[in-house]
Order: sequence, then structure tokens, then C-alpha cells
Amino acid sequence: MVYLTRAEHFNAAHKLYNPSWSKEKNDEIFGKCANDNWHGHNYELFVTVKGEPDPDTGFLVDAKKLSVIINQHIIEKLDHRNLNLDVDFMQGKMCSSENLVIEIWDQLRAHLPANVQLHCIKLYETPRIYVEYFGDK
Amino acid sequence: MGDKVSVFRKEHFNAAHRLYNEAWDYSRNEKVFGKCALPNYHGHNYEMEVKVTGEPDKDTGYVIDLKLLSDIIKAEILQRFDHKNLNLDTEEFKNLNPTAENIVVVIYKLLRPYIDSKFDLQVRLYETPRNFVEYPVN
Repeated sequence: MVYLTRAEHFNAAHKLYNPSWSKEKNDEIFGKCANDNWHGHNYELFVTVKGEPDPDTGFLVDAKKLSVIINQHIIEKLDHRNLNLDVDFMQGKMCSSENLVIEIWDQLRAHLPANVQLHCIKLYETPRIYVEYFGDK
Repeated sequence: MGDKVSVFRKEHFNAAHRLYNEAWDYSRNEKVFGKCALPNYHGHNYEMEVKVTGEPDKDTGYVIDLKLLSDIIKAEILQRFDHKNLNLDTEEFKNLNPTAENIVVVIYKLLRPYIDSKFDLQVRLYETPRNFVEYPVN
């Protein structure tokens, strides 16, 4: 079993705001992250897949092809967007990094080649904060 | 004349912005600024390096107390820009396109009054790990 990771990045605006709570409660729980007019991040995304290398190519998956899949299904939807307003798969959800990795996992899984399994989605919101998801429900 | 030394303080802030020239129509903005002109904003983790150059003080050995420099940056820059929308929430960019170039000049001008005039001040601003700007130029 070999693990291969592809790193990608996107820049996006978001805010943490629960519409079923008052403005005061959102401020109390989310602090500056609840700012009405959004703030933003340089997100760094690491997608790790696992499987057996193909005997003919030596590849688990062509890393360029993996990049194209991630870009087509994830980056194009998120890059330079407002995560709360512009992203179909985040509609009605809190735009935390925790929820993002779960949704990115669900979006990507169906588009990966049959010989690889998704192992981990790792997302840096800042250089000092990151989350990981291994598909555990 | 003693030896001059440069000291640096790194700080960071997270903000939303959009590049858009109000004097142009949407299609021209889109052509020039691409995805950066999208209407609902995007954002960055801005990282800044503030450089102060001068002779170390004879008594303290410091050019400037870096804790003091950090406090100045926090009060003047981070309070203004951190977790804000640069276009909507700040006075500085109400009528100024918040490109990295314009942001770094604004930061320099906000900090300069608080740094003793005997010192040189320079600011480097990273918009992403790969895009960064510096002001003033040497």
C-alpha cells in the first residue's frame, strides 16, 4: 500500500455565522470570524490517496491527473469565491474548515480512479491551523 | 558612526477583499482582474514583515524593542484590517483598490509616524506564500 498526496491551494472569503442565533450570540461564539462583511484565507489543501502502484506505469495515480480532478471538482468551485454565498455544496452549512474537509471528501470520492481509495483530506486555513478528515462517519 | 542593524517583526492578518475599479464596467474589471473581481469577495492570510534599520542603542543594545514594535503593528494595522473586508470595512480602501501594492504603502504610512525618524522603515507584505510586495524600495 502506497500513499500519494497532491497539494493544491485556493483563496476564499467566508464568515462563521449561525443564522439561527442572534448577532450577540454569534459574536460571543465566533468573535472576529463573525464579521458581517466576511474575512478570508489562503487555504492549502492536501489530498491523500492510497492503493497499489500499477505494474506498467509504477504510478498509484498520475499526479497530474489527480490535480486536474481536484481542480475541476473542488478548486474551481472554491477559488476566489465566497464560501458562504458561492459554493453549492456548502449551502446551508457552517463554513468551518471542519465542515469543508467533510464536504470536499464527499465531492471528490466519486471522481477518483477505481484503483485508488481516498485516505485523507487535510486543509490548512492558516499556516497555524489545519484540520484532517479520514472519512470516519 | 556605529554599525547599522536591521531588525524585523512578523505579524499576520486575515482579510477579505476584491479588486475592482468603479470607473470601469464589470466586463473590463473581469478582463483586467480576473477572478479577483468576483462580486462576493475572496480572501487571504496576509503575512507582513516590518523591518527597522538603525544603530543599536548604547544602553539597551536594541535598535527598537521588538515587543514595542509588535504592539505598534497590532494597534495600527491588525486592529484595522484583521478579519475585515478591506473594501467595505476600512476607511483606507474605500476609494483605493486593495491590491498588495496599495496595501503595503498604506501600512508603511500608518506605521511611519510611530517609528523614530532616525530609523529606516521598510514593509514586506505577503498576499499569498508566492506573491509578495515591498515598500519603500531601496
